[in-house]
Amino acid sequence: MLRYITQRILYMLLTLLIIATITFFLMKLLPGSPFNNQDKLTETQRYALNEKYGLNDPVPVQYINYITKLAQGDLGYTFQFDGRTVNSLIVNGMGPSATVGFEALLFGTIVGLLLGILAALRHNTFLDYGAMVIAVFGIAIPSFVFAGLLQYYVGVKLGWLPVAFWNGPEYHIMPAFSLSVGVIATVARFMRTEMLEILGTDYILMARSKGVSKSAVIFKHSVRNSLIPIVTILGPMAIGLITGSLVIENIFAIPGIGEQFVKAITVNDYPVIMGTTIFYSFLIVSIILIVDILYGIIDPRIRVAGGKS
Amino acid sequence: MEKLLELENIHVSFQTYGGEVKAVRGVSFTLDKGESLAIVGESGSGKSVTSKSIMRLLPNKIGSIKQGSIKFQGKDLAKASEREMEKIRGAEISMIFQDPMTSLNPTMTIGKQIMEGLRKHQNMSKSEAKERSINLLKLVGIPNPELRVDEYPHQFSGGMRQRVVIAIALSCNPKVLIADEPTTALDVTIQAQILDLMRDLQDKTGTAIILITHDLGVVANLAQRVAVMYGGMIVETGTVDEIFYKPKHPYTWGLLASMPKINAESKELLAIPGTPPDLMNPPKGCPFAARCPYAMEVCLENMPEATDVSSSHKAACWLLDERAPKVEPPEEALVGGAR
Repeated sequence: MLRYITQRILYMLLTLLIIATITFFLMKLLPGSPFNNQDKLTETQRYALNEKYGLNDPVPVQYINYITKLAQGDLGYTFQFDGRTVNSLIVNGMGPSATVGFEALLFGTIVGLLLGILAALRHNTFLDYGAMVIAVFGIAIPSFVFAGLLQYYVGVKLGWLPVAFWNGPEYHIMPAFSLSVGVIATVARFMRTEMLEILGTDYILMARSKGVSKSAVIFKHSVRNSLIPIVTILGPMAIGLITGSLVIENIFAIPGIGEQFVKAITVNDYPVIMGTTIFYSFLIVSIILIVDILYGIIDPRIRVAGGKS
Repeated sequence: MEKLLELENIHVSFQTYGGEVKAVRGVSFTLDKGESLAIVGESGSGKSVTSKSIMRLLPNKIGSIKQGSIKFQGKDLAKASEREMEKIRGAEISMIFQDPMTSLNPTMTIGKQIMEGLRKHQNMSKSEAKERSINLLKLVGIPNPELRVDEYPHQFSGGMRQRVVIAIALSCNPKVLIADEPTTALDVTIQAQILDLMRDLQDKTGTAIILITHDLGVVANLAQRVAVMYGGMIVETGTVDEIFYKPKHPYTWGLLASMPKINAESKELLAIPGTPPDLMNPPKGCPFAARCPYAMEVCLENMPEATDVSSSHKAACWLLDERAPKVEPPEEALVGGAR
């Protein structure tokens, strides 16, 4: 198992290097440069700024410099504020982003699981159809639509919750909920399908023939086994939350990484774009690794296979 | 002999999109203490449904017992509540399923799956239940039970899994064991081992067995009495000897004739022509009439009553009526040339 994890981490680093390289060169292909849309700058000032941030060097040299620094965990300085590092921007932005993302994932998974289990247990009843209609809406409608609706009705019309900003727990509710809608929908649908399949298996019949009570059959035998595919989709879903939060953070004016990222792209702030991309990629590959390890914990069949490799 | 289980005129139906499927249409039989009864018949004859209705494990939204009673030690299981059934399942009546590859939970250790019933029905502590599980595994012939008890089903072979399933079924010393095609999914060599094990365990525990099968070889191995089912009804019952050597129902003849024989001159394997009746619209008369080479007019119109051949042997066939022509069973249906 340890060997397996080490191997996976090495692959992870390689993936990150490739992502960093591709992003770096793609960004260089973008039209414009950080300082050319500021008309007030003179030619000399612009040259001095470019010189300061190493933008006058040939591209391959810039690349080598960047990667060397990256290997030391240094993401460079932002162009937008004098003397602030990208690392500090990410660290500052991570708090709100991670909070919203985690809250959405937690809430969405719990509600989604409950909805899915209920739908499966009440298969082909009104409850089942209702849950699945909710799920279809949740998947089909993007989170920013919910965000806008919530802002208008709950925030403006009813005035129950603050419309935007990030100043306390009540500010979390609407963004986290908007983000979680997709999670609820996806988890509910997967859980329902999986539960239905497992409730029809022989080992459930076998468990019932042992006299195990209905609730124990549901929780000890069906739910746990139905969780296996849920863990698999939890990874991509967490990634979806990260990217989804780009938009949500902007709508609710949350000072998170997503907001920084969007701002950085509009002003060609190369180091922030690079840094955020690499940070996101790092999160994503880590999530995939965690999911694979979790998988092994839930499903003993995979544990054994993993141990041998 | 004390009657342990008594089924009387059981009707089971399934509601499907196409209509009501009358899978079991008036099945009655009794089971004595420690006895083994085989229910034989082809796919769709209602044998599995009958056994599941004893356990009340029919798919609860679509399948239901329409009428009849299932008396177990004086109590009617057809009317028992789910809570009462939970006390009976596993403790008094337990079941072995056809496919050991799918009848164990893949994410639970073997030990936990055996312990579940023990903890529920016998209020054992964890350590007691575990000790008993190890003993049970030893009893069903699993080597190194102390180690194997903590392993998962995928670490066991098919035959071993069926042994585990048997261990689970017998864990609480049930009075009745329903074995629903226990050897169908196994290799032939393993089949014999499992049957030996079941017979051996029956001798030790005195459990009555209802053996559901379509394999007459298995019947000869394990059962004392046989009920032949066709089209949701029991068409003939008798002791193993009576069914094998003095069969009276043409369907039983067909079944025996289609059994491969080791000393047969012809290499051809005989089959019963035709298909089983559509149980959505069951025939008015004898369900076998459409495939029966001896069918008379009366067979199509009226269901024959069960006629006593001997005190233990009954068959539901118009040929046994005194007005019917004398018909002898075909050569192929004779086992070992006896009559």
